Amino acid sequence: MLLQGKSITKSFPGALALDAVDFNLLPGEVHALLGENGAGKSTLVKCLTGAYRRDAGAILLDNQPINPRSTLEAQDLGIGTVYQEVNLLPNLTVAENLYLGRQPRRLGLVSTRRMNAGAREILSGYGLQIDVSRELSSYSIAIQQIIAIARAVDLSGKVLILDEPTASLDATEVQMLFSIIRHLRDDGLGIIFISHFLDQVFEICDALTVLRNGRLVGTAKPADTSRLKLVNMMLGRSLEEEIHKEKDRTASVDPVQLQFKNFGRSGHIKAFDLDIRKREIVGVAGLLGSGRTEMAELLFGAVGHDSGEALAEGKPLRLTSPRAAVAQGFAFCPEDRKRDGIVADLSVRENIILALQGQRGWLRALSKSEQTAIADGYIARLDIRTPDCEKPVGQLSGGNQQKVILARWLATNPRFLILDEPTRGIDVGAHAEIIRFIEALCDEGMSLLVISSELEELVDYSQRVIVLRDRAHVAELTGDAITTSNIIRAIASDGHEDKVLAS
Amino acid sequence: MNRLHPALRRILPQLITLVVVLGCNVLVFPDFFKIEMANGRLYGSIIDILNRGAPVALLAIGMTLVIATKGIDLSVGAVMAICGAVAAAAVAGGSDVATAVVLALCAGIVCGLWNGFLVAVLNIQPIVATLILMVAGRGVAQLITEGVILTFTNEGLIFLGSGSLMALPMPFLIWLGFGVLTAILVRKTALGLLIEAVGINLRASTLSGVRGNVLIVAVYAISGLCAATAGIIVAADIKGADANNAGLWLELDAILAVVIGGTSLLGGRFTLAGSLIGAMIIQSINTGILLSGFPPEFNLIIKAFIILVILIIQSPIVQSVLFALRMPPDRSGDDAEPNRDDRADERDHSMQKEGMAP
Ligand SMILES: Nc1ncnc2c1ncn2[C@@H]1O[C@H](COP(=O)(O)OP(=O)(O)OP(=O)(O)O)[C@@H](O)[C@H]1O
Ligand SMILES: [Mg+2]
Repeated sequence: MLLQGKSITKSFPGALALDAVDFNLLPGEVHALLGENGAGKSTLVKCLTGAYRRDAGAILLDNQPINPRSTLEAQDLGIGTVYQEVNLLPNLTVAENLYLGRQPRRLGLVSTRRMNAGAREILSGYGLQIDVSRELSSYSIAIQQIIAIARAVDLSGKVLILDEPTASLDATEVQMLFSIIRHLRDDGLGIIFISHFLDQVFEICDALTVLRNGRLVGTAKPADTSRLKLVNMMLGRSLEEEIHKEKDRTASVDPVQLQFKNFGRSGHIKAFDLDIRKREIVGVAGLLGSGRTEMAELLFGAVGHDSGEALAEGKPLRLTSPRAAVAQGFAFCPEDRKRDGIVADLSVRENIILALQGQRGWLRALSKSEQTAIADGYIARLDIRTPDCEKPVGQLSGGNQQKVILARWLATNPRFLILDEPTRGIDVGAHAEIIRFIEALCDEGMSLLVISSELEELVDYSQRVIVLRDRAHVAELTGDAITTSNIIRAIASDGHEDKVLAS
Repeated sequence: MNRLHPALRRILPQLITLVVVLGCNVLVFPDFFKIEMANGRLYGSIIDILNRGAPVALLAIGMTLVIATKGIDLSVGAVMAICGAVAAAAVAGGSDVATAVVLALCAGIVCGLWNGFLVAVLNIQPIVATLILMVAGRGVAQLITEGVILTFTNEGLIFLGSGSLMALPMPFLIWLGFGVLTAILVRKTALGLLIEAVGINLRASTLSGVRGNVLIVAVYAISGLCAATAGIIVAADIKGADANNAGLWLELDAILAVVIGGTSLLGGRFTLAGSLIGAMIIQSINTGILLSGFPPEFNLIIKAFIILVILIIQSPIVQSVLFALRMPPDRSGDDAEPNRDDRADERDHSMQKEGMAP
């Protein structure tokens, strides 16, 4: 046995996060940790690495009791970890982050040149050619995630722990990561892999452990179980097999609600034209760095546009700041929820009403009871797992934080909602519910722009898919042309022929 | 402890500290709590603390809001000197009290707007941005007073510093009124929440449509207004504006008051009541040392030591140790609210039997 957790218990005020959970990891094994949002997966990992102090239980590494009191101590024991919320230092360079605490030295001084060269080499193993001397925070969350993984892999002598590493990666990067994981596994490392993507779990894992409400539900081999059984184990109920009502593919006949004409910003994203109809769901696909997030930020006024104009029913819109956009009924769930989304120390209630209150202005305060009513409404509707709406949002599990931000925007009753990776970190059960909920909102007249790396998801509900490459719109798929393979082809095809595939 | 109102529970450590400090004062000076009435006005050590603590209390109000936005205002002492000088120069030039006060307050707001501009618009770090005015401000004040202590005899203005109303000293009434008004302003509107949100995560707040930069400018302006009021009181008290010494080092006392009061320098959650109690704790220490008759050269050392003890007791590490000692090691939390969790638990028990291993 490589790593063993014995009846690990951890409680937080108001919640028992882990109740005597046993966990066993063999060498040369990729072990999945599964469970709903808030089941206790991240907490278990943090107890194993000493990031949280456990209340009870024992940890054994190579059958020797260990007691790491910090991530650093765990690293020294050979346990490398990527936490769910990437915890690198945003103000340091990429190379410094990779080598933090073990910088190559020359005559006692840090040798930046050797460090940068080493960092470039490490990252090239992940297919990442970036400037390693730039600040980490200048890169997107997906790239930061790869850097965090690279650092952890480099540090882990015996055990590698990955908490939702694939949440913001697309298919190619996931495959790259998997080949690295397989390689490490063959070298005899034990790997703990947390994910809500069951396909990925079946693809790479040799064993899996399911948690529910802080309790161990059981352990199994992927070969002996099925998707359906797993979902049952995780949710404690069966998810009615998604009988997918065949999506009405006929192009929307509703009136155009918003028009963006020659909208763009140089150095950010090339000017594009975009019409959004009422009730329409527009998907956006593209590789990492293709300009998806930049496009969303531009539409929302988070960065100003320097060309073109936006029109609503023929009248020009002022989109110079997020505030102006919110006043026009725009809403935007950002990709990086820790940096751009949650206000960690504020309660779930305050986080949910924040945008609505911002919209009303400071003078027209929502009363406490109004706030509680709104918050409790969304807690119930989105099934946010929290003891009550006064809990600081930073203490919620990752997936539940994501739901809180969605609730914040739904509370403003927007006419145009932009979602950047909306289901990032959301469990299988909640995933389907959230999508159904959003579809219902669209039926009531809201239009939606969804950016997602999950192509199946996009194909599932989009009436139109826009494909981006190199910070420009390169294709637009409508109707029956919306298939995963078409999207992949459009992403990959050589940039010159801008085509509109239509049914 | 659970039955206490949450707002009260939050400032409980500060209240206890204040009681302990006052208790120590009684030890060194048995007549400490004695209050007498003379000439239609109350006298006594307690009254003295409430009166002398006015400048720091006023500064602490503005400083609390600034710190809540993750900022800091080092210029308040210098702004006091400027505004005291403005008021003195105005009455010396023949204006009436109202004009003088309004001019001084406006000067304070302008100083605050300047700080806010540097921080919010030019994105200069608050500690550096306000350092500029901290250094330059006294020069400005000296220009106004033309290098001398500008004395005045305007009864109205002097009343603000040493008069009394309903047997209570004016400075006390002013800071109390200012504190109550500010508390109402931030807590009865959404201002408090928005300030906290901006202090915790400016990016996320701005993306949520909150006017983060405007709020930041506003809190520095309020801080300037508070400093102006403090400056007027100090000048009125000594019947003159002393550009060199008015408000000297008071910015540090104000920051200390806020920290002792339980607002973190990292921004976010703030408590005005805590800061005001913090200001009174500091003033009680000052008065206590004075009354105890220690040689004055010990004052600063004793004060620093007492504050160190207070901060150690309030530090998160000591707090968590105290918390662990107080709590029996069961797993029930402090304020467990069994609603949603119960539901989940039931579901879980029923599933447990079905077992799982496929
Ligand atoms: N620092 C904390 N303070 C208080 N409660 C916490 C803290 N961290 C986690 N919790 C609680 O512990 C429970 C388990 O959370 P955990 O983060 O382990 O869930 P998870 O399984 O990782 O979920 P997700 O899939 O959403 O990431 C949740 O109810 C959460 O609210
Ligand atoms: Mg988690």
